[in-house]
Amino acid sequence: MKNRKFILLFALLLSLGIVLAACGGGSDEEETTDSTNSGDDAATEEGSSDYSIAMVTDQGGVDDKSFNQSAWEGMQAWGEEHGLSKGNGFNYAQSGSKADFMPNITRLVRDEYSLIFGTGFLLQEDIQKAAEQFSDTKFALVDAIVEAPNAVSVTFKEHEGSFLAGVAAASKTTTNKLGFVGGIDSPLINKFEAGFIAGAKSVNSEIEVDVQYAETFDDPSKGKLIASNMYSNDIDIIFHASGGTGNGVFNQAKDIKQNDPEREIWVIGVDRDQHEDGEINDQNVTLTSMIKRVDVAVQEVANMLANDQFPGGEILEFGIEEEGIAIAETNTEAMTEEIVNTVNEWQEKILNGEIEVPKTREELETFESSL
Amino acid sequence: MSQNKLFTVLVPIISVFLGLLAGAIIMLVSGFNPIEGYTALWNGAFGDSYTLGETIRRSTPYILTGLSIAFAFRTGLFNIGAEGQVIVGWLAAVWVGLAIDAPMYIHLPLAIIAAGIAGALWAFIPGILKAKLGVHEVIVTIMMNYIALFVTNDIIRNVLTDRQTTTEAIPASASLASDWLQSITLYSRVHYGILIALFAAVIMWFIIQRTTIGYELKSVGYNEHASRYAGMNVSKNIVLSMVIAGTFAGLAGAMEGLGTYGTISVMSGFPNMGFDGIAVALLGANTALGVVLAAFLFGALKEGAGEMPTGAGVPTELVDIIIALIIFFVASSYIIRWILLRFKKEGK
Repeated sequence: MKNRKFILLFALLLSLGIVLAACGGGSDEEETTDSTNSGDDAATEEGSSDYSIAMVTDQGGVDDKSFNQSAWEGMQAWGEEHGLSKGNGFNYAQSGSKADFMPNITRLVRDEYSLIFGTGFLLQEDIQKAAEQFSDTKFALVDAIVEAPNAVSVTFKEHEGSFLAGVAAASKTTTNKLGFVGGIDSPLINKFEAGFIAGAKSVNSEIEVDVQYAETFDDPSKGKLIASNMYSNDIDIIFHASGGTGNGVFNQAKDIKQNDPEREIWVIGVDRDQHEDGEINDQNVTLTSMIKRVDVAVQEVANMLANDQFPGGEILEFGIEEEGIAIAETNTEAMTEEIVNTVNEWQEKILNGEIEVPKTREELETFESSL
Repeated sequence: MSQNKLFTVLVPIISVFLGLLAGAIIMLVSGFNPIEGYTALWNGAFGDSYTLGETIRRSTPYILTGLSIAFAFRTGLFNIGAEGQVIVGWLAAVWVGLAIDAPMYIHLPLAIIAAGIAGALWAFIPGILKAKLGVHEVIVTIMMNYIALFVTNDIIRNVLTDRQTTTEAIPASASLASDWLQSITLYSRVHYGILIALFAAVIMWFIIQRTTIGYELKSVGYNEHASRYAGMNVSKNIVLSMVIAGTFAGLAGAMEGLGTYGTISVMSGFPNMGFDGIAVALLGANTALGVVLAAFLFGALKEGAGEMPTGAGVPTELVDIIIALIIFFVASSYIIRWILLRFKKEGK
C-alpha cells in the first residue's frame, strides 16, 4: 500500500516537473528571442539589404557536395555581400523526408523571409501549394516549373553541359564503354542521360553507354555498388547525376585506384566542380565536372529581388550562354589540351545552333538516327 | 493488478523524461541551451494552430501503423511489413482516386476500402506462409516491403503516369482533406483521416477485448500449443491476425494518399511510417489507447524537431541524435521496469 502511494506521488512529481519545465522554458524563450530580435535589428541596420532569403533543401542536405550545397554556397555568398549572417538574413531548413517539405516552407514563411528557394524538383508540388497560399512571400523553385505570379522557376540546360561531358568522355575512353549513374529516373535526370549519350555518340558512334539509376539521391552505398559493377565490366568513365549517391561512385573509383594506381578509370562529377572529391594520393579520378551554377542562379534571383525586379511567374533558364552551365577544366593532367579543344569545338556548335541537344529519350533516338 | 496498470503508465512516462534529460545533456555538452532547444521543439509541435494541425496530421498514420504492429504482436506475430503494407495501401487509394469517377459518398469510402484491402492482401501472404509452412513472418514481411516499394515505383512511372515521378492529384470526391479544418489551422494539412485512425483504435480495442475472435487471437499469442489443444484453429488465427494488421497499415497509406498529399510519388526509400510504428506499438504497450498516445508523442517529436535548427540554432544532426535518444529510452523501457522492480523490493 505504502509503495503504491509512493509511486503515485513520484509520477505526479514527474509530470509536474515536465509541465513546469515547459512553462519555464516559455518565459525564458521570450527573453532570448527578445535579445536576438534586438540583435536582428542591429544587423539589418548594418546590412545593406532589407531582404532576407532562405532555402528548403531536399533530402540531400546542404552538405551533399552537389546541388543543395551549391545553392547554399550561393546564398552564403549573397549574404556576405550584403553583410548578413546565417540565421540573420539568410538561413536554410533541412528536410529529412518528403513529409518535411511543407512544414519547413511554412516555417520559413512565418519567420518572414522575403524569398524562399526550394532546391530540387522533389519540392515542386509543395512550392506550388505554398506560392498559392502565401501570396505575399516570393518563391523560387530550382529545377522544376512552378506557376504562380509570386514565384519564379529556375531551370538549367543540363542536357547541353552533359553533352559536353559526353564529348570529353568519348575523347578520353580507351574501352569505348561509358557508364551513367542517375539519381531518380525522372524527366530532369533523363536530360543529363540524353545529353551525355548524344555527346559521346557524336564523337564516336561505336561507344556504348550503360545507364543505371540508383533511385535515390542520398545513398552512397548504392552508387558504390553500381560503380563497382560498371568498372568491372570494362567501363572506364562514369558520369554521375545523382547528388549524394554519387559520392559512392567516387569512393569506388578511388578504392580501385588505391589498389591499382595504373588503372585508367575516371568519374565525371556533377553540379559542382568535384575535383576535390576525386583526390587519391597524388592522383585524381575526377576527369571533369558538369558544373551547374545553382549558386550563380540563387544570387541572381536574390539580386533581382533586391533591385525590385523580381521576375514573378517567369521561367529563367540558365545555359552555357548565361554562364549557368560549364565544364570543369581543373584536372589539367586528364583533360588534355586536345580534349579541351574538342569540347570547345562542340560548345561552339551548340552555341551557334548547329546542334540541337536532345532532352528526352525520344529526342535522343531521333538524334542518334540522324548521326 | 492495479499495480501492474500503474506500472504500464509509469514506465513510458519515465522513459520519455529520461530521454529528454539525455537530450538536454547532449545539447549542454555541445554548447547549446537545452531550454531554448526544447522550447523550439515544443513550439514546433504545439506552438500555434498550424503546427498543432501538422502534428495531428503526422500522428495519424503513426496511429494506424502502431495499431497494425500492436495487433499482430498480440497474436505473437512481428509485423515488420507495415512499411510495405502502407505503400500498397497508398498506391491503391490513389489509384482508385484517379481511376474512378463517382460522387464523394461512394468514391471516398471505395478508395479507403481499396487501401485496406491492398494492405490486407500484402499481409495475407506472410500470414498464410507462416500458418501453412511455418516460414517466419519477419523474413517474409521484410521481403514484401521491397517488393511493394519497387513494384509501386514502377506502377507510378509506367501505369499511372507517363514516366513522371508524381501522379496527378486525386479529385475532391476522393479526398480526405478539408477546407474547414485547414482554415482553422492556418492552412496546415490536417485532414479527416484522424477520425478514421481514432475509430480504428476503438475497433482494435473492441476486437481484442470484447469478442471471441479477439480472445482466440490473444490466446494464440500467449501459447500456440495450448490454444491448439483447446480446440482453436491456430492457422486461421495467424492469418486473420496478419490480415487485420495489414488492413490497419493499408489505411495508414490511405491517410497519406487521400489526406496529406493527394498524390503518390516515386519513393527512393521507405517512408519509415511502418518502422516508426514498431516503436509506437512498443511504447504504447500494444494497447489501443497506448498506441494513440504514443503516436501523438512521436508525431509531436518529429514535427517539433524541424523547428529546432531554425528556432534555436541546434544543428539538424544534433536534433536527430536527441530524437533518437528519446526513442532509445522509450524503447528500453524494460530496463526502467527492472530498476523500478528492484527499487520496490528493497523498499519492502
